[in-house]
Amino acid sequence: MNLVPPVLAGDRLALARLLSLLENETPEGLQDLSALYPRSGQAHRVGITGAPGTGKSALVNRLVQELRARADPPQIAILAVDPSSPFSGGAILGDRIRMRDLSGDPGVFIRSMANRGSLGGLARTSSDLAAALDAAGFGIIFIETVGSGQAEVDIAGAAHTVVVVDAPGMGDAIQALKAGILEIADIVVVNKSDLPGAKTTLTALRATLELAPAVRDKDKGSDWTAPLLLTSATSGEGIPELAEAIGGHRRFLEQSGEWEVRERARVDQEVGRLLRERLAERFLKAQPDGLYEAALQKVLAREAAPGVIVEQLIEGADAAN
Amino acid sequence: MAQPKIRVLIAKPGLDGHDRGAKVIARALRDAGMEVIYTGLRQTPEMIAEAALQEDVHIVGLSILSGAHLTLVPRILRLLKQQGQERVRVMLGGIIPDEDRPKLEAMGVAGVFGPGTSTTAIVEAFSRAVEPQELKAAEG
Repeated sequence: MNLVPPVLAGDRLALARLLSLLENETPEGLQDLSALYPRSGQAHRVGITGAPGTGKSALVNRLVQELRARADPPQIAILAVDPSSPFSGGAILGDRIRMRDLSGDPGVFIRSMANRGSLGGLARTSSDLAAALDAAGFGIIFIETVGSGQAEVDIAGAAHTVVVVDAPGMGDAIQALKAGILEIADIVVVNKSDLPGAKTTLTALRATLELAPAVRDKDKGSDWTAPLLLTSATSGEGIPELAEAIGGHRRFLEQSGEWEVRERARVDQEVGRLLRERLAERFLKAQPDGLYEAALQKVLAREAAPGVIVEQLIEGADAAN
Repeated sequence: MAQPKIRVLIAKPGLDGHDRGAKVIARALRDAGMEVIYTGLRQTPEMIAEAALQEDVHIVGLSILSGAHLTLVPRILRLLKQQGQERVRVMLGGIIPDEDRPKLEAMGVAGVFGPGTSTTAIVEAFSRAVEPQELKAAEG
């Protein structure tokens, strides 16, 4: 079934189906995405990341209400990623609990995704789903990552603007941020400003940022310095300022030429990853039965290191051709 | 191609504030390898139908303890149908009097689970409700 015409006509059921096809990496989904791809590239992809419990979902809920209440608002999509269980492969996706205020707005589309074992804070197919939503006419796409600390920085390659969310009472989280996701921030937010300790967290973060400014492309001469904002998803404090900062960052990207730089980096990351996966898949399929298993056994018996075995596999295949 | 998953929406329509049962079921379904979208308390039928649509779920599991099932369930079924979501199966758990079961099943509810039903039985019913073919075709 070709879902492209109904998706372009604004049929939300067709869009939801297409997102499933993409999530399951079906050939039909890929074909439809390919047809839609020329229409993508308009949307502002905004990543929302931070440690678990900092209030990312509640913040998105407030932020989207703010943006939708403005004159001539864009349609907004939200991709909310939660972790899959490493044992069962199942998942409980609970981000919608905090987004109930957005229900009933026909200009908002929320989709929950399980990361399905992917380690970088997103699912493998998050970017494909974002591209489909982009082509379907959503002007802003919020991508909320799995609760992240240090290494889950895939969002930096998948979004134009990254908002890193922290909250008071996270203790050593600031230390973690220092070495981790703070470096990818375009905007830094201390959420839960209504809680005691928010000012302390803000001061500590400011000190950290002064030591090592979160300038994502500083080696490339970017002159954007990440603003530090205090918000409360409960009271609404700081939400208009955050909306302004996100819009401001988009204007900065467009005016400085950074937009193209980030698009290229994103495409590089996506194509490179797919190429590696597909080549490895195809390579293994072409090997005689048992060869790969025999190679694993050699490593297990400590006869050869993994790197050596891989070289041998590749050389063996080359010689056979 | 990735292994398609059974996607389930667990929702609590109406005004009762007890979601322990719903959470236990959500957890059991997760442990059976399903992707469970949990929406929280006090959902309106409109919110439930909309979430089911956006999330493209196979099954909606409703937990109703308030006794309002004969009002809420038909409204949810009607909305799902109006939106073209006929293929979504609706399961119901909670405090449901035995005499209401035939009525609910006649409306199109695929399964009714009262207090004391084992989670194993519920997981089995959810698994059986989705044809392997349907998963394989991944709703194409």
